Amino acid sequence: MSLTTKIYHQTSDTWAITKRNLLRYIRLPQLVFFSSIQPIIFLTLFNFVFGGALGASGAALHGKYINYLLPGIMIQVTLFGGLQTGIGLATDMSSGIVSRFRSLPMSRGAVLSGRTIADTLRNVIVIGIMLGYGYLLGFRFSSGILDALIMIGVVLLFGFAFCWVSAFTGMKAKDAETAQLSSFVLVFPLIFASAAFVPITTMPKWLQHFANNQPITFAVEAARHFAVGTPMDGAIWKLLLWIGGILLVFIPLSVYTYRKRA
Amino acid sequence: MSQLAFEAKNVAKYFGKVKALDNVTLSSQQGKIFCLLGPNGAGKTTLVNILATLSEPTKGTLKVLGVNVVEKPERVRELIGLAGQFAAVDEYLTGEENLFMIAKLYHLSTKEARSRTKQILTELRLDDAAKRQVRTYSGGMRRRLDLGASLVGRPKILFLDEPTTGLDPRTRLELWGIIRELVKEGTSILLTTQYLDEADELADHIAVVDRGKLIAEGTSAQLKAKLGGDVIKFELDKPSDKDRAIKMVTSIATKAVTYDSPTNEVIVPVGGHGSSKLIDIVRALDKANIKANTLALHQPTLDDVFLSLIGTKASDVATDKSSKKSRRHS
Repeated sequence: MSLTTKIYHQTSDTWAITKRNLLRYIRLPQLVFFSSIQPIIFLTLFNFVFGGALGASGAALHGKYINYLLPGIMIQVTLFGGLQTGIGLATDMSSGIVSRFRSLPMSRGAVLSGRTIADTLRNVIVIGIMLGYGYLLGFRFSSGILDALIMIGVVLLFGFAFCWVSAFTGMKAKDAETAQLSSFVLVFPLIFASAAFVPITTMPKWLQHFANNQPITFAVEAARHFAVGTPMDGAIWKLLLWIGGILLVFIPLSVYTYRKRA
Repeated sequence: MSQLAFEAKNVAKYFGKVKALDNVTLSSQQGKIFCLLGPNGAGKTTLVNILATLSEPTKGTLKVLGVNVVEKPERVRELIGLAGQFAAVDEYLTGEENLFMIAKLYHLSTKEARSRTKQILTELRLDDAAKRQVRTYSGGMRRRLDLGASLVGRPKILFLDEPTTGLDPRTRLELWGIIRELVKEGTSILLTTQYLDEADELADHIAVVDRGKLIAEGTSAQLKAKLGGDVIKFELDKPSDKDRAIKMVTSIATKAVTYDSPTNEVIVPVGGHGSSKLIDIVRALDKANIKANTLALHQPTLDDVFLSLIGTKASDVATDKSSKKSRRHS
């Protein structure tokens, strides 16, 4: 088989699987919930419950906590959405459909790339919803259209990288419940011990060390910089390094795990 | 045809200490239905999964239409179709969307994929349900769709892993019909089942497996013959004729003649040529002026074969510890 045919097959396989996953997102009620209602609930609660207290303690930007909050919560929602990658894969593995895919002469990585791409496309919609709702709550981009687009790109790219981590843990978990559990254990501390919701300077010293040096903080600071112009102190470069590292490790690792026959 | 549909030589598969398959050697001609018969945990699914390239053997060589499954799995996947006991189709896609996706994954053009999808929906009488999500399908419809999905790539050999488990009798008959049609069109089939009647009904060749081992193989008739062959039974009109009757037919029997007093029946084992011996017995009884009320030839069922080969444990296999483990993997 020539290289072009191979690439063509790989692309068309990935698209077939992507389409399947997108159709599921439209039709499964809990998936619609996670990608639309949940972000709105988070944004509403965080903004109105914590906004008063946190806005007064230095987390208000341009006079409003929503300007501080939105980039952070966007990263959070993207990560939560990324958990679906692993949960979905674990579900597919136990339902038998992965056995069918494995018995087909399709490209081996397509089941994974089709899912991570579908999840990233879904994130586009989630980000759209959050931006629209954020605008209603008073959020405004303050560094122009280009920076706004870069911000969206940063969130999507980070989300895409996390999907591959989730894909790997999901396949290792074997069933959907374990996948869900293990991912939450991983994601919750990371997202809360970061700059997503509160300034890191308000945390105890030992936690500050961790919070200042973990990828979610870099992602939040980069997103916030391009959204509302806060200083980011090279966070974007550290973030890109992390994203590169994650993709470099987890794409081959996930594909290997998928390919490996029992 | 000289090329074998599939062959497995000295195949073993271990999951830790559990031997899911233990030195199994099998092969089948093309265009035939080969049936793997055995209880849960026998290793049937394990063997199918290895042949379908889903899993690798611990030992042994396996070929599908002459292609080595361990060395060239990609090539094997182009030749096979797999349908399992769990309908591996997407619940939230319609029947049509499921088949179209599979067709695209076989790299058919969009136009070809559309027509292939339509063709299979028609063949499996799912046209009316084509646009409905699979979760609204009945169990039988799902199984038909799953079978349909395995046919999209026009497989030369089809692996059907317990295709009728859990189906109602009518749907089962329907699936049997479809399977026979496929064979008529030249498809080779490897079918696993725990139903003796299914094997008896469909198989050209049967391999009985239990706990990873091949116990017996042959045609349905050969397996029955192995059990000692046919038996002729006749009921005496007068019990007092018993001794004379036994004496008259002993020379015809291949083994000791027995008498069942409550039913008043004489039982004559006659080996593999029951029908010709039937006449001999009628003549012998007539000559001695012994009156028999009923006289019939009994061929052992596959049930008898199965029970005699696997023993009384056939039904307790599920509670056996070691086979429980292997069942989880198989």
